[in-house]
Amino acid sequence: MRALLIRDLKLAFRAGGGFGLGLAFFLIVVTLVPFSVGPQSELLSRIAVGVLWLGALLACLLSLDRLLALDWEDGSLDLIATAPLPLEGVLSIKALAHWLTTGLPLVIAAPAFGVLLNMPSGGAKWVVVSLLLGTPALSVIGVFGAALTVGIKRGGLLLSLLVLPLYVPTLIFGAELARRGLDGQSTQTSLLMLAGITLGVTALMPFASAMVLRMNLR
Amino acid sequence: MSSLWEYANPVKFLRLSERVLPVLWITAGICLVVGLVWGFFFTPDDFRQGSTVKIIYLHVPSALMAINAWLMMLVASLIWLVRRHHVSALAAKAAAPVGITMTLIALVTGAIWGQPMWGTWWAWDPRLTSFLILFLFYIGYVALWSAIEDPDTAADLTSVLCIVGSVFAVLSRYAVLFWNQGLHQGASLSLDKEKNVADVFYQPLLVSIAGFVLLFLALVLYRTGTEIRLRRAQALIRREAAVHA
Repeated sequence: MRALLIRDLKLAFRAGGGFGLGLAFFLIVVTLVPFSVGPQSELLSRIAVGVLWLGALLACLLSLDRLLALDWEDGSLDLIATAPLPLEGVLSIKALAHWLTTGLPLVIAAPAFGVLLNMPSGGAKWVVVSLLLGTPALSVIGVFGAALTVGIKRGGLLLSLLVLPLYVPTLIFGAELARRGLDGQSTQTSLLMLAGITLGVTALMPFASAMVLRMNLR
Repeated sequence: MSSLWEYANPVKFLRLSERVLPVLWITAGICLVVGLVWGFFFTPDDFRQGSTVKIIYLHVPSALMAINAWLMMLVASLIWLVRRHHVSALAAKAAAPVGITMTLIALVTGAIWGQPMWGTWWAWDPRLTSFLILFLFYIGYVALWSAIEDPDTAADLTSVLCIVGSVFAVLSRYAVLFWNQGLHQGASLSLDKEKNVADVFYQPLLVSIAGFVLLFLALVLYRTGTEIRLRRAQALIRREAAVHA
């Protein structure tokens, strides 16, 4: 298990695996927003939290189609699938590796990017908390989407179409948590719901992912 | 002639649906004509909403069927995964475009009604938002069916997507409720309420709903029959090709 995690991390860091790409994409989204809505700083500070969440979500989505497709193409996915490690565990590790290389950098970078959007002080804490709680769910759900579309040539667009509706609850509670925290409202419900989604998805989703991957490998 | 599962056999299914379909088409037609004509022309205008209230005869039944079509697909998907009956998988596939159409009708009629009544075509109200999300789920489901060549793999994958999607659709429904309090009125028809809509509107609405249910059944049976024949034709073509090769 550890070997697989290290292998995936190494592949992501070296070999143009796109470790920095997600982060750069996040930065571009954040940069483009003022161009599209105008540079008024009070407008930007009102939507900053939402833009950070949306940017993080899209950056997570971006790297999903190479998550399993590369292993599928060079045949290593077949080898991993026939290894004694259960496929559910393999996919959990894959999700963890994806989160470490995509989700975690986004969480760390988000406060800095918030400055660009004139995010009110005190917002950084809530953005970090909500992203830290929410992005693991994005990775785990993303693995399901990747497993679903692994056998399809040029499945990238289809993958986005399938995964984005599944991201809706996470996005709602994540962005709501950050917004409420920033406004000083009660955050308990959204905090618990977001944590519940992440934990529930982490516990159950690998089974569905492994199920569809087995169907694809058959 | 004892078990429902006998109709999992495509031949028996086709024979049954050939007998049932004419009846379904005719009763669906009668119910729709009676319900809609009665509703549109022989009910009074509402004292506040005027004649716009009459869109209820399209809006409520189509919204009802949009959700029930997804439920039917969920049940059919489960049956396919557990018992591997091809008819079941094909019925789920056949129901999806009908469900999309129903969702679209509900969204569009709602917008047409909302413009004069709420003063806006669209509001990010929980019900409206949930329906938009349901629409996206339908599109993803149909897109996945059409993207995979091998029919059995496609049936497997779409079934799992349907089940996972159902869980997330329900989750989204309640997340959206938490996210925004809405404009939309409460349920117009509940079994546990004493008084629903006034009787003059209620009776034609029930007829219209019956018409939509029957129409949905007829369309799904018809489309499933088409899918079964398509599968057979493809199998024949493959066999021919194998013989000549």
